[in-house]
Amino acid sequence: MLWIMLFGVAGAHAQGIESALAGFTADSFADTDTAVAAVAKAGGPMAIPIIQALQDGRLLFSAEQKRVYVRDRAGTVLDAATGKPAAAPPGDLNPVRVNNRVRRAIDAAMGSLTLLSPDPARRLDAARAVFKSKDANVLATLVAAIQKETVPAVRRALVEAQAAVVLFKPDASEADKLEAVGVMRQRGDQDALALLSSLPEGTPDAVKRAAQDAIATIQGQLAVWAAVQNAWYGLSLGSVLLLAAIGLAITFGVMGVINMAHGEMVMLGAYTTFVVQELIRAHNPALFDYSLLIAIPLAFLVAGLVGILIERGVIRFLYGRPLETLLATWGISLILQQAVRTGFGPTNKDVGNPSWMSGSFEVGYITITYNRLWIIVFTLLIFVLLLALLRFTHLGLEMRAVTQNRAMAASMGIRTARIDALTFGLGSGIAGLAGVALSQIDNVSPNLGQGYIIDSFMVVVFGGVGNLWGTLVGAFTLGIANKFLEPYAGAVLAKIAILVLIILFIQKRPRGLFALKGRAVEA
Amino acid sequence: MSAFPLTRALDRGALIFVALLAVIAIVVPILNLFVPPSSPFHVSTYLVALFGKYICYALLALSIDLIWGYCGILSLGHGAFFALGGYAMGMYLMRQIGGRGVYAHPILPDFMVFLNWTELPFYWYGFQFFPYALLMVVLVPGALAFVFGWFAFRSRVTGVYLSIITQAMTFALMLAFFRNNFGFGGNNGLTDFKDILGFNVQAQGTRAALFAISTVALIVGFLICRVIVTSKLGKVLIAIRDAEARTRFLGYRVESYKLFVFTLSACMAGVAGALYVPQVGIINPSEFSPANSIEAVIWVAVGGRGTLTGAVLGAVVVNYAKTYFTSGFLAPYWLFVLGGLFVAVTLFLPRGIVGTVEYLTARRRERAAAAAANAADNAAPPLGTASRPAE
Repeated sequence: MLWIMLFGVAGAHAQGIESALAGFTADSFADTDTAVAAVAKAGGPMAIPIIQALQDGRLLFSAEQKRVYVRDRAGTVLDAATGKPAAAPPGDLNPVRVNNRVRRAIDAAMGSLTLLSPDPARRLDAARAVFKSKDANVLATLVAAIQKETVPAVRRALVEAQAAVVLFKPDASEADKLEAVGVMRQRGDQDALALLSSLPEGTPDAVKRAAQDAIATIQGQLAVWAAVQNAWYGLSLGSVLLLAAIGLAITFGVMGVINMAHGEMVMLGAYTTFVVQELIRAHNPALFDYSLLIAIPLAFLVAGLVGILIERGVIRFLYGRPLETLLATWGISLILQQAVRTGFGPTNKDVGNPSWMSGSFEVGYITITYNRLWIIVFTLLIFVLLLALLRFTHLGLEMRAVTQNRAMAASMGIRTARIDALTFGLGSGIAGLAGVALSQIDNVSPNLGQGYIIDSFMVVVFGGVGNLWGTLVGAFTLGIANKFLEPYAGAVLAKIAILVLIILFIQKRPRGLFALKGRAVEA
Repeated sequence: MSAFPLTRALDRGALIFVALLAVIAIVVPILNLFVPPSSPFHVSTYLVALFGKYICYALLALSIDLIWGYCGILSLGHGAFFALGGYAMGMYLMRQIGGRGVYAHPILPDFMVFLNWTELPFYWYGFQFFPYALLMVVLVPGALAFVFGWFAFRSRVTGVYLSIITQAMTFALMLAFFRNNFGFGGNNGLTDFKDILGFNVQAQGTRAALFAISTVALIVGFLICRVIVTSKLGKVLIAIRDAEARTRFLGYRVESYKLFVFTLSACMAGVAGALYVPQVGIINPSEFSPANSIEAVIWVAVGGRGTLTGAVLGAVVVNYAKTYFTSGFLAPYWLFVLGGLFVAVTLFLPRGIVGTVEYLTARRRERAAAAAANAADNAAPPLGTASRPAE
């Protein structure tokens, strides 16, 4: 009895498929469209392979014999209704053509066929496909799928798909539609917004009003999330600016010189990272994930030593002439750029992200990438370390003393020349660390420094050189302001607006936010 | 001090310099136009164009020397004023192309047709008239300098802070002019000029005339600067350079003096840019780049800041070296040379070439005078023993 029933069911399926397949032999888009829906409705073991073959252009038909075949991925020609290899395939096999309408039908069919698949991932994909296609034929299958569903995420997707179908089904009841609007409001993202804004003509007024309310709520939520996203980008940009500028602020605060070669220190740090990664790739690729940890102290040393060299070799002799120092350091930056260009070539170098810095995760509706997250952590760590250095170490004490009143500090026995050299080395070393971080998010080329030098200046001018908090506040303010202006004015105009705002800000506070006070400073 | 400013301004050195420039302005075009190419005295059109460019750079250097050498304002954004003047002249030249452009539109320049613009933006009106363009060449950089300087000097932004924000200003302008929908040609700039005042821009005669006009402009600029620095105003400027706070406490309105020279210097730079553009045939936003402005400062430093002739000399020397280096096999080393120049000049030659020469001659003169005074002292009889001259 059971076997007869099963055979009967199988036979019924085969019957259904046979009549559905006839539509493919007519070589007309309308018939193919109906045939796809019919195949999906008929179901059976061949339904999915047939539709997939149609999608890939492997569904073949013979106009003469009115039979349909499937060429599987290995190249064998199978009979479409039975799935068995065809003994003697006819000579006039042509692929069944598809157009956009047929493709939509294919998507809808695939959606409905896989809603009951044993694999939860496929069910999720199917639910999403139905959400897009809003195919009313699938409603019964959807209801059945929701009953059986155990995975919460998939269940929600199925419920949303059902709501989408209901809203676009002309003969669904008003109560059902209102419930569907509620589901969309809960979903609350751009897709829900788009759906609610495009309800079909015959929708009852009560449903339309509910939809408008839901739209307003969703837009409010999305605006908040957009602001959060901009704030995140602003934080990320601010941390980059802070990293790049903090060395400059320290040097300027202690010595009163603007180091135009600061950008090149950043570049040297980035190139150190590149060299470290190249060596690791060549000798011990397993260490790649630790490449940054190795590069950090090396970059600090390399940039710091170059900085000390510059200070001892050039800047020391220009003491008391800040404008000349500016020019001399500009010359040094040209030399360093050209040296790197000659040594490594002018093209961008490939610096890879270690695995713990790749990828991203979602919080609400915003995406947070790991590399930027780690850079913010790194920046704050350096900042805290610097604060500790200045506050708790002897060197920090001497640096602060020289910043506040150089002559008095010298009179108290502090060797200002040594402090100058060490400060310059420290500032350059931190720039090197910035280079390590920036190599992860920016192109590594000889011109890397030039892109950050103007921004670093702006942070220093805005934040003042009185203390490190000024640099922190300055950097994050500029970063967030820049990112909030961008959606309205575009990246370039936002940058120009920030520059103009700084020029105007200087009217009120010529020495920046956190300025040093006192006569000794008015040099 | 002599009453008439011009006689006061023209001491012996300045007179020689002006005479030299005047001779060049007359002789070089003659040697280019009227002496046959086979003669050894012929000056090729290439050289005329090249040195015409150098003369414009010299005028820019002069404007920088005026505010830096004599007033202590280190502007790292003077290229912006140079470029603005250049753009004003470029806009006039673009209007002169008329229907001869690639798209043959009688009014709209090619790049506007390319961007599907249907009419001329309002800021292009009037540029078909040469006097208007000339006015804009001086007015636009001057107005920008006035506004910028008013904000900056009023809040006593000085020293490196001022240098940084002038850099920011030129950087912002560069970003703005690079935008293709800004209406000034975008990243391609303004080019493909045909006529200036009815004369073909690329004709030999026009080039020679432009060279002569540039040299005359340099002479005029030099004279203006000399008149200023040898006057009472000039003395106050030098006081501001050396001790700004003290000058302010003595009662001088430092901001007004600074604003005056800054604006004047910007106008001069604008004129330099306007003369530069027809000679090189193109103006594009990279002229606004901070690197260009900083390079202009090194010309003044090499030649000798605070000595106007030094600025002119420095501009010509450094740019000649640049042309020499970048046109041959030494091209990769130019940046090393330029960077080294920056370092060497600030470390070893802070007075620049002319400044060092003046310093050495002055020192030699002093030594000679001291030696003569010593000799006179030794030759004179001891006090009190010689007979007194009749009272």
